[in-house]
Amino acid sequence: MGEVIVITSGKGGVGKTTTTANLGTALAQSGSRVCLVDADIGLRNLDVVLGLENRIVYDLVDVVDGFCRLRQALIRDKRIDTLSLLPAAQTKDKTAVTPEQMKALTDELRQEFDYIVIDSPAGIEQGFKNAIAGADRALIVATPEVASVRDADRIIGLLEAAEIPPARLIVNRLRPQMVRRGDMMSVDDIVDILAIDLIGVVPEDEQIVVTTNRGEPAALIQGSRAGEAYRSIARRLKGEDVPFMDLEETSGFLDRLRRIFGQA
Amino acid sequence: MWTRNGSSKQIAKDRLRNVLVHDRADTSPEFMSHLRDDLMRVVSEYLEVGQNGVDMKLQSLDDHVALVASIPVKQLKRARQRSGNN
Ligand SMILES: Nc1ncnc2c1ncn2[C@@H]1O[C@H](COP(=O)(O)OP(=O)(O)OP(=O)(O)O)[C@@H](O)[C@H]1O
Ligand SMILES: [Mg+2]
Repeated sequence: MGEVIVITSGKGGVGKTTTTANLGTALAQSGSRVCLVDADIGLRNLDVVLGLENRIVYDLVDVVDGFCRLRQALIRDKRIDTLSLLPAAQTKDKTAVTPEQMKALTDELRQEFDYIVIDSPAGIEQGFKNAIAGADRALIVATPEVASVRDADRIIGLLEAAEIPPARLIVNRLRPQMVRRGDMMSVDDIVDILAIDLIGVVPEDEQIVVTTNRGEPAALIQGSRAGEAYRSIARRLKGEDVPFMDLEETSGFLDRLRRIFGQA
Repeated sequence: MWTRNGSSKQIAKDRLRNVLVHDRADTSPEFMSHLRDDLMRVVSEYLEVGQNGVDMKLQSLDDHVALVASIPVKQLKRARQRSGNN
């Protein structure tokens, strides 16, 4: 029986879709059978991030409405054959699906896959409620900004109210140099304020833009720092104890010199 | 370090903490009423208080949030009355 994981954030544009695509890719790469579900109905995005946009025939709403069978709507990734996508509908809106239907859908997917990863829309309304309806656990994406962490806190409260086990946190777009300069909240600051468990830290990385342009997730690329971060998250999700890369560690030339001479 | 005080990181943390005090209180309807009930129970062990006109709120001051309570006091209880009753 597969496990259903929802990727959510409250605030928009913080990296839910990027995380879903990369985490899913990394999980599938390690041999698990993974289905990604785009629950952002009306604003379909996950397909383009994955480079699968030209292969869509049916979508989630078609399945829920009984226009097609679930199998017919699933798109299998040609690069990793254990990865599938259930795309969102682009022309409908969030009210086209109910939480009960989403729960039934994810329960059906559990039979076929090890992990079902759901890309939640921003906000706390119906789209969010649909996305969490069938979830066993949640990963919250937040960037090191006041508004993002604030919204993450709200989401944590709502997940608690929905009786979903304690969410784990992904800090995205961290810029270590800014943290060192005192101009960005550190991972510890955010974890401390939200009081939840950390599952990963993804640095700000130009590779994300490049790989998204190309439609091939950074997790596929060796040497991409963000890709590496997503692969670590996938391993932690599977219960492996993977040490955190110390992104905030002083790493500039001067800092290294200082360390060599025992001053830092 | 010269960046410590007033660094934008510190400012962000302080603002975030303050805003979350209000958010968490506002989104949990029972929070204020539970706090109020518990506080009143403790206060009543020491003071005879009026239940009418009690006012309790979280208030943002310059750099922190304060719990501000106004509780009408009728009488101070004698030491003998304070222990063990209630
Ligand atoms: N670690 C990163 N480094 C650089 N750019 C990033 C990173 N993470 C995300 N981005 C960029 O930020 C933008 C928003 O990301 P994404 O679409 O994943 O957010 P989202 O939370 O799904 O947004 P929405 O709420 O609109 O669904 C994208 O352009 C993405 O490429
Ligand atoms: Mg998205």
